[in-house]
Amino acid sequence: MSLSQFLSQIFATLAALLIAPLLLGWVNQVRAWLANRSGPGIFMPYRLLHKLFNKESVVADTASPLFRFVPYLIFGCLLLASAIIPTLSTDLPLARAADAIALVGLFALARVFIALAAMDIGTAFGTLGARREMLIGFLAEPALLTVLFSSSLIANSTALKTIVQTVSQREFTIYPSLVFAAMAFVLIFLAENARVPVDNPATHLELTMIHEALILEYSGRHLAILEWAAALKLFAYSTIGIALFLPWGITDGRSPVQMLIALAFLIFKLAILGGVLALVETFSAKLRIFRVPEFLATAFLLGVIGMLTNILLGT
Amino acid sequence: MSSISIQLINLFAAFLLLLAFAMLVQRRIINLVHMYALQGLTVVAATSVVAYVTNQEHLYYTAAITLVLKVFFIPWILHRLIKRLNVRWEIETLINIPSTMLVGIVVVVFAFNLALPVSKLSSSVSPGTLGIALACFLLSFMMMITRSKAIPQVISFLSMENALVFAATSATYGMPMVVELGIALDVLVGVFILGLFMFQISEQFESLDISHLESLKEE
Repeated sequence: MSLSQFLSQIFATLAALLIAPLLLGWVNQVRAWLANRSGPGIFMPYRLLHKLFNKESVVADTASPLFRFVPYLIFGCLLLASAIIPTLSTDLPLARAADAIALVGLFALARVFIALAAMDIGTAFGTLGARREMLIGFLAEPALLTVLFSSSLIANSTALKTIVQTVSQREFTIYPSLVFAAMAFVLIFLAENARVPVDNPATHLELTMIHEALILEYSGRHLAILEWAAALKLFAYSTIGIALFLPWGITDGRSPVQMLIALAFLIFKLAILGGVLALVETFSAKLRIFRVPEFLATAFLLGVIGMLTNILLGT
Repeated sequence: MSSISIQLINLFAAFLLLLAFAMLVQRRIINLVHMYALQGLTVVAATSVVAYVTNQEHLYYTAAITLVLKVFFIPWILHRLIKRLNVRWEIETLINIPSTMLVGIVVVVFAFNLALPVSKLSSSVSPGTLGIALACFLLSFMMMITRSKAIPQVISFLSMENALVFAATSATYGMPMVVELGIALDVLVGVFILGLFMFQISEQFESLDISHLESLKEE
């Protein structure tokens, strides 16, 4: 690995780390504006992280070593995922390290460990959250795979790097299959990131919560790392969406100028996506938990139809 | 014959398939009517694009008839029917939506495979759309089987006809004008007669549930 490759990878990873909380702050800010509130500002997640890192970390007596170790593992998984996704350039050393299926595997690994950690303490809330998380996970994963396969069928490769290159360099064509896949992806995106129709990220201590129930026992720096990991997950899913459906602007070189232009494009696209996400969340009401399988079955259906139309209609 | 218009036809075809699925799992009767109108509009758009690509004047007439009849007139009649029968906010309980969807996927795969050898023989602009039209047709058929109320059944019958019109325009550039007019008239008369039937059913049984029709004599 040459030095320039190494530096560009470091730059892309750092950008992911720093933009992720900003994206979360931006979504919350737009949601506040849409609800006619002034909002906490887009730097609020940073302030939260700063506060939590300075606090003492309290761990229950019944906690096993797994409980302490899990936040770091999840943070590592999601950071690696955001490094593998071609966010800025397709010419990064890690971009060819793993393909889309391995990426789904990384998310699954993080999910399994957060569920284990939530059940580790033995409180009712943790177990409840873990069960719900696994319910959503096992329904969302095949749907996500079908979405990725729809794009892979067009690019003839499961590597995100190749998909980005194929779609962005070809002349403009309408793919009906990608329309289906994009719709399915939006549903999966909402479910996986604990957004409104499935989970409400704004409330604690509600019987319907999923994500918050999982991390209820964490405090201090552990909680800070988990919150950061959640922001990274939102960022990772947004950039997967960008890579699959709006890849224009991702550079194929790695000179500093190209990277900076790509960064500007990325921030622009994330700002729009964050606004759209806030809009979707404002307009939809939370689903009952037993409606969630229906919601995700719809996503799976759309993904499968996407693949089928691709096979039938070709192009 | 530009490639962008073929892509547009394919896109409209995909949209039709999506609408067929959405109708299959829709609970509210009033939304079904809206979706039916939207489906008609998609057929109109696809027909106009085919007419433009192949330069066939009579397809424009087909599109115009479809627009007037299936986007405005029949939905308007259905709205009036729903108002008169007072079932505007009625919600139908459907059996297990996820498994209905999975069966739907199987139906789509079946239709695609069935249409594949046929569409290979076709010389039309977008042979792939025949499979989608067939899938929409079968999905509407399935919707008719899974519904128990009269109005959703009528709507599924009408959406079946939409799928047929789409199949005709995309696979064979439409039928002769006389046949086209005949079918349009048939549908119109069919809606009137079915509307009358619905009034009869609701008067006799005070409900639109057609399972009442299964017993032949009064107990």
